[in-house]
Amino acid sequence: MTLTATLTDLANPTRFLALTARILPWLAGVTAILLAIGLYQSAMAPDDYQQGATVKIMFIHVPNAWLSMFVWGVMSVAALGTLVWRHPLADVAAKAAAPIGAAFTFLALVTGSLWGRPMWGTYWEWDARLTSVLILFLMYLGLMALWRAVEDPSRAARAAAVLTLVGAINIPIIKFSVDWWNTLHQPASVLRMGGSTLDKAFLWPLLVMAIAFSLLFVTLHLAAMRNEILRRRVRSLQMMQASRVAFASEAGAGAKEIGAA
Amino acid sequence: MSLGPYASFIVTSYALVAAVVLLLIVWIVADYRRQQARLKEIEASGITRRSGRSAADIR
Repeated sequence: MTLTATLTDLANPTRFLALTARILPWLAGVTAILLAIGLYQSAMAPDDYQQGATVKIMFIHVPNAWLSMFVWGVMSVAALGTLVWRHPLADVAAKAAAPIGAAFTFLALVTGSLWGRPMWGTYWEWDARLTSVLILFLMYLGLMALWRAVEDPSRAARAAAVLTLVGAINIPIIKFSVDWWNTLHQPASVLRMGGSTLDKAFLWPLLVMAIAFSLLFVTLHLAAMRNEILRRRVRSLQMMQASRVAFASEAGAGAKEIGAA
Repeated sequence: MSLGPYASFIVTSYALVAAVVLLLIVWIVADYRRQQARLKEIEASGITRRSGRSAADIR
Protein backbone atom coordinates (compact mmCIF):
# COMPACT_ATOMS: atom_id res chain seq x y z
CA MET A 1 0.00 0.00 0.00
CA THR A 2 1.41 3.41 -0.94
CA LEU A 3 1.78 6.24 1.55
CA THR A 4 -0.95 8.23 -0.23
CA ALA A 5 -3.34 5.29 -0.03
CA THR A 6 -2.55 4.83 3.67
CA LEU A 7 -3.16 8.53 4.39
CA THR A 8 -6.42 8.45 2.40
CA ASP A 9 -7.49 5.37 4.31
CA LEU A 10 -6.70 7.08 7.64
CA ALA A 11 -8.66 10.16 6.57
CA ASN A 12 -11.71 8.28 7.79
CA PRO A 13 -11.87 8.99 11.56
CA THR A 14 -13.74 5.73 12.22
CA ARG A 15 -10.94 3.73 10.57
CA PHE A 16 -8.36 5.79 12.48
CA LEU A 17 -10.11 5.03 15.78
CA ALA A 18 -10.26 1.32 14.98
CA LEU A 19 -6.59 1.18 13.98
CA THR A 20 -5.33 3.12 17.01
CA ALA A 21 -7.46 0.98 19.36
CA ARG A 22 -5.42 -2.01 18.14
CA ILE A 23 -1.93 -0.45 18.16
CA LEU A 24 -2.07 1.77 21.27
CA PRO A 25 -1.66 -1.02 23.87
CA TRP A 26 1.43 -2.31 22.00
CA LEU A 27 2.89 1.17 21.68
CA ALA A 28 2.33 1.85 25.38
CA GLY A 29 3.99 -1.46 26.28
CA VAL A 30 7.09 -0.86 24.12
CA THR A 31 7.35 2.71 25.47
CA ALA A 32 7.22 1.51 29.09
CA ILE A 33 9.89 -1.14 28.44
CA LEU A 34 12.21 1.32 26.65
CA LEU A 35 11.71 3.93 29.39
CA ALA A 36 12.62 1.33 32.03
CA ILE A 37 15.78 0.35 30.09
CA GLY A 38 16.70 4.00 29.52
CA LEU A 39 16.22 4.92 33.19
CA TYR A 40 18.31 1.93 34.29
CA GLN A 41 21.11 2.85 31.86
CA SER A 42 20.92 6.50 32.99
CA ALA A 43 21.25 5.45 36.63
CA MET A 44 24.21 3.20 35.83
CA ALA A 45 26.02 5.74 33.60
CA PRO A 46 29.36 6.91 35.03
CA ASP A 47 29.90 10.41 36.40
CA ASP A 48 31.32 12.98 34.00
CA TYR A 49 34.88 14.11 34.77
CA GLN A 50 33.75 17.75 34.92
CA GLN A 51 30.03 17.65 35.80
CA GLY A 52 30.04 14.67 38.13
CA ALA A 53 26.60 13.04 38.63
CA THR A 54 24.84 16.18 37.38
CA VAL A 55 25.33 14.80 33.86
CA LYS A 56 22.35 12.50 34.61
CA ILE A 57 20.02 15.47 34.06
CA MET A 58 21.11 15.35 30.40
CA PHE A 59 19.27 12.02 29.90
CA ILE A 60 15.91 13.71 30.54
CA HIS A 61 16.69 17.28 29.47
CA VAL A 62 17.89 16.50 25.94
CA PRO A 63 14.95 14.19 24.92
CA ASN A 64 12.49 16.83 26.14
CA ALA A 65 14.37 19.58 24.29
CA TRP A 66 14.41 17.50 21.06
CA LEU A 67 10.71 16.76 21.39
CA SER A 68 9.82 20.39 22.03
CA MET A 69 11.05 21.12 18.49
CA PHE A 70 9.93 17.83 16.92
CA VAL A 71 6.33 18.29 18.09
CA TRP A 72 6.21 21.74 16.49
CA GLY A 73 7.55 20.07 13.32
CA VAL A 74 4.70 17.54 13.46
CA MET A 75 2.24 20.39 13.96
CA SER A 76 3.72 22.24 10.97
CA VAL A 77 3.21 19.21 8.71
CA ALA A 78 -0.34 18.94 10.08
CA ALA A 79 -0.83 22.67 9.36
CA LEU A 80 0.11 22.02 5.72
CA GLY A 81 -2.36 19.13 5.78
CA THR A 82 -5.07 21.55 6.93
CA LEU A 83 -4.29 24.36 4.49
CA VAL A 84 -3.13 22.46 1.38
CA TRP A 85 -4.61 18.95 1.40
CA ARG A 86 -7.57 19.67 3.73
CA HIS A 87 -7.00 16.31 5.40
CA PRO A 88 -9.84 15.71 7.90
CA LEU A 89 -7.46 14.58 10.64
CA ALA A 90 -4.79 17.24 10.11
CA ASP A 91 -6.28 19.80 12.50
CA VAL A 92 -7.15 17.02 14.95
CA ALA A 93 -3.46 16.00 14.91
CA ALA A 94 -2.20 19.56 15.40
CA LYS A 95 -4.65 20.41 18.19
CA ALA A 96 -3.93 17.16 20.04
CA ALA A 97 -0.15 17.66 19.79
CA ALA A 98 -0.05 21.21 21.19
CA PRO A 99 -0.52 20.51 24.94
CA ILE A 100 1.92 17.58 24.75
CA GLY A 101 4.49 19.77 23.00
CA ALA A 102 3.95 22.49 25.60
CA ALA A 103 4.56 19.97 28.39
CA PHE A 104 7.83 18.76 26.79
CA THR A 105 8.99 22.35 26.26
CA PHE A 106 8.17 23.23 29.88
CA LEU A 107 10.19 20.21 31.03
CA ALA A 108 13.11 21.14 28.76
CA LEU A 109 13.14 24.66 30.24
CA VAL A 110 12.88 23.56 33.89
CA THR A 111 15.33 20.65 33.70
CA GLY A 112 17.73 22.91 31.78
CA SER A 113 17.39 25.49 34.51
CA LEU A 114 18.02 22.89 37.21
CA TRP A 115 21.07 21.68 35.28
CA GLY A 116 22.28 25.24 34.69
CA ARG A 117 22.33 26.31 38.35
CA PRO A 118 25.13 23.93 39.46
CA MET A 119 26.99 24.08 36.10
CA TRP A 120 26.71 27.76 35.11
CA GLY A 121 25.92 29.27 38.50
CA THR A 122 22.55 30.58 37.36
CA TYR A 123 19.05 29.23 36.78
CA TRP A 124 18.39 31.52 33.84
CA GLU A 125 20.23 33.66 31.32
CA TRP A 126 18.59 35.69 28.56
CA ASP A 127 20.79 34.15 25.87
CA ALA A 128 19.69 33.11 22.39
CA ARG A 129 19.01 29.39 23.07
CA LEU A 130 17.10 29.81 26.33
CA THR A 131 15.10 32.79 25.10
CA SER A 132 14.13 31.14 21.79
CA VAL A 133 12.92 28.01 23.65
CA LEU A 134 10.90 30.22 26.03
CA ILE A 135 9.33 31.86 22.96
CA LEU A 136 8.48 28.38 21.64
CA PHE A 137 6.74 27.58 24.95
CA LEU A 138 4.74 30.81 24.77
CA MET A 139 3.78 30.02 21.16
CA TYR A 140 2.42 26.61 22.25
CA LEU A 141 0.30 28.36 24.91
CA GLY A 142 -0.87 30.96 22.37
CA LEU A 143 -1.97 28.27 19.92
CA MET A 144 -3.86 26.39 22.64
CA ALA A 145 -5.61 29.64 23.59
CA LEU A 146 -6.50 30.29 19.93
CA TRP A 147 -8.16 26.87 19.53
CA ARG A 148 -10.19 27.54 22.69
CA ALA A 149 -11.12 31.10 21.73
CA VAL A 150 -12.58 30.38 18.26
CA GLU A 151 -15.78 28.38 18.53
CA ASP A 152 -16.06 27.25 14.89
CA PRO A 153 -13.49 24.39 14.51
CA SER A 154 -12.84 24.98 10.78
CA ARG A 155 -12.09 28.70 11.31
CA ALA A 156 -9.91 27.89 14.31
CA ALA A 157 -8.11 25.23 12.24
CA ARG A 158 -7.12 27.66 9.48
CA ALA A 159 -5.99 30.40 11.88
CA ALA A 160 -4.01 27.91 13.98
CA ALA A 161 -2.41 26.39 10.86
CA VAL A 162 -1.18 29.80 9.65
CA LEU A 163 0.17 30.66 13.10
CA THR A 164 1.90 27.26 13.34
CA LEU A 165 3.65 27.75 10.00
CA VAL A 166 4.75 31.27 10.96
CA GLY A 167 6.02 29.92 14.30
CA ALA A 168 8.02 27.21 12.52
CA ILE A 169 10.60 29.91 11.71
CA ASN A 170 11.62 29.66 15.36
CA ILE A 171 12.71 26.00 15.05
CA PRO A 172 15.91 26.54 12.99
CA ILE A 173 16.60 29.61 15.16
CA ILE A 174 16.53 27.38 18.29
CA LYS A 175 18.65 24.68 16.62
CA PHE A 176 21.36 27.00 15.29
CA SER A 177 21.22 29.67 18.02
CA VAL A 178 24.27 28.13 19.69
CA ASP A 179 26.26 28.49 16.45
CA TRP A 180 24.97 31.90 15.35
CA TRP A 181 25.31 33.69 18.69
CA ASN A 182 27.63 33.57 21.65
CA THR A 183 25.52 31.72 24.22
CA LEU A 184 25.96 30.19 27.64
CA HIS A 185 24.41 26.99 26.31
CA GLN A 186 26.84 24.40 24.96
CA PRO A 187 26.92 23.77 21.17
CA ALA A 188 25.38 20.63 19.62
CA SER A 189 27.17 17.48 20.77
CA VAL A 190 25.02 14.66 19.32
CA LEU A 191 23.43 15.76 16.03
CA ARG A 192 26.35 17.59 14.45
CA MET A 193 28.63 17.44 11.41
CA GLY A 194 31.52 15.08 12.15
CA GLY A 195 29.51 12.88 14.50
CA SER A 196 28.76 12.90 18.20
CA THR A 197 31.33 14.18 20.68
CA LEU A 198 29.70 12.23 23.53
CA ASP A 199 31.36 9.16 24.99
CA LYS A 200 29.43 5.91 24.31
CA ALA A 201 28.79 5.53 28.05
CA PHE A 202 26.58 8.64 27.84
CA LEU A 203 25.47 8.38 24.20
CA TRP A 204 23.67 5.01 24.49
CA PRO A 205 21.48 5.87 27.51
CA LEU A 206 20.72 9.21 25.85
CA LEU A 207 19.66 7.57 22.57
CA VAL A 208 17.50 4.97 24.38
CA MET A 209 15.83 7.74 26.40
CA ALA A 210 15.33 9.82 23.24
CA ILE A 211 13.63 6.89 21.46
CA ALA A 212 11.55 6.11 24.58
CA PHE A 213 10.36 9.72 24.89
CA SER A 214 9.63 9.87 21.14
CA LEU A 215 7.49 6.73 21.46
CA LEU A 216 5.85 8.27 24.53
CA PHE A 217 4.92 11.25 22.39
CA VAL A 218 3.51 9.04 19.61
CA THR A 219 1.45 7.07 22.16
CA LEU A 220 0.09 10.16 23.93
CA HIS A 221 -0.53 11.93 20.63
CA LEU A 222 -2.56 9.09 19.13
CA ALA A 223 -4.58 8.80 22.36
CA ALA A 224 -5.19 12.57 22.43
CA MET A 225 -6.23 12.49 18.74
CA ARG A 226 -8.84 9.85 19.58
CA ASN A 227 -10.17 12.12 22.33
CA GLU A 228 -10.35 15.06 19.91
CA ILE A 229 -12.30 12.98 17.36
CA LEU A 230 -14.75 11.93 20.10
CA ARG A 231 -15.03 15.60 21.25
CA ARG A 232 -15.99 16.63 17.69
CA ARG A 233 -18.56 13.83 17.53
CA VAL A 234 -20.03 15.11 20.81
CA ARG A 235 -20.19 18.61 19.32
CA SER A 236 -21.95 17.49 16.11
CA LEU A 237 -24.46 15.37 18.07
CA GLN A 238 -25.13 18.30 20.42
CA MET A 239 -25.80 20.52 17.38
CA MET A 240 -28.22 17.89 16.00
CA GLN A 241 -29.89 17.80 19.41
CA ALA A 242 -30.15 21.61 19.53
CA SER A 243 -31.60 21.82 15.99
CA ARG A 244 -34.19 19.13 16.84
CA VAL A 245 -35.24 21.05 19.96
CA ALA A 246 -35.50 24.28 17.92
CA PHE A 247 -37.51 22.52 15.20
CA ALA A 248 -39.85 20.93 17.78
CA SER A 249 -40.50 24.26 19.53
CA GLU A 250 -41.11 26.01 16.17
CA ALA A 251 -43.54 23.27 15.14
CA GLY A 252 -45.27 23.56 18.53
CA ALA A 253 -45.63 27.34 18.14
CA GLY A 254 -46.97 26.87 14.59
CA ALA A 255 -49.60 24.36 15.76
CA LYS A 256 -50.74 26.78 18.52
CA GLU A 257 -51.13 29.61 15.97
CA ILE A 258 -53.23 27.37 13.68
CA GLY A 259 -55.34 26.31 16.69
CA ALA A 260 -55.89 29.94 17.72
CA ALA A 261 -56.94 30.89 14.16
CA MET B 1 24.92 5.15 43.46
CA SER B 2 26.07 8.49 44.86
CA LEU B 3 24.60 11.63 43.30
CA GLY B 4 27.16 14.00 44.77
CA PRO B 5 26.65 17.51 46.13
CA TYR B 6 23.95 18.39 43.56
CA ALA B 7 21.70 15.41 44.30
CA SER B 8 18.70 17.66 45.00
CA PHE B 9 18.91 19.17 41.47
CA ILE B 10 19.08 15.71 39.87
CA VAL B 11 16.26 14.21 41.97
CA THR B 12 14.03 17.28 41.45
CA SER B 13 14.55 17.08 37.66
CA TYR B 14 13.59 13.40 37.47
CA ALA B 15 10.66 13.82 39.87
CA LEU B 16 9.31 16.77 37.88
CA VAL B 17 9.53 14.89 34.57
CA ALA B 18 7.77 11.88 36.13
CA ALA B 19 5.04 14.11 37.60
CA VAL B 20 4.35 15.97 34.33
CA VAL B 21 4.34 12.78 32.22
CA LEU B 22 1.99 11.14 34.75
CA LEU B 23 -0.27 14.21 34.68
CA LEU B 24 -0.40 14.05 30.86
CA ILE B 25 -1.37 10.36 30.97
CA VAL B 26 -4.05 10.92 33.64
CA TRP B 27 -5.46 13.93 31.76
CA ILE B 28 -5.69 12.01 28.45
CA VAL B 29 -7.31 8.94 30.07
CA ALA B 30 -9.79 11.13 32.01
CA ASP B 31 -10.61 13.11 28.84
CA TYR B 32 -11.31 9.87 26.94
CA ARG B 33 -13.70 8.68 29.68
CA ARG B 34 -15.42 12.08 29.77
CA GLN B 35 -16.02 12.12 26.00
CA GLN B 36 -17.30 8.52 26.01
CA ALA B 37 -19.71 9.34 28.85
CA ARG B 38 -21.00 12.45 27.03
CA LEU B 39 -21.52 10.47 23.80
CA LYS B 40 -23.46 7.74 25.62
CA GLU B 41 -25.55 10.37 27.41
CA ILE B 42 -26.49 12.10 24.14
CA GLU B 43 -27.22 8.81 22.39
CA ALA B 44 -29.40 7.73 25.30
CA SER B 45 -31.56 10.81 24.64
CA GLY B 46 -32.29 9.46 21.14
CA ILE B 47 -29.78 11.44 19.06
CA THR B 48 -27.77 9.15 16.78
CA ARG B 49 -25.32 9.56 13.90
CA ARG B 50 -26.59 9.44 10.32
CA SER B 51 -24.71 6.15 9.82
CA GLY B 52 -26.74 4.67 12.67
CA ARG B 53 -23.53 3.46 14.31
CA SER B 54 -22.86 4.39 17.90
CA ALA B 55 -20.44 7.33 18.12
CA ALA B 56 -18.93 5.77 21.22
CA ASP B 57 -18.13 2.57 19.29
CA ILE B 58 -14.48 2.88 18.30
CA ARG B 59 -13.66 -0.68 17.25
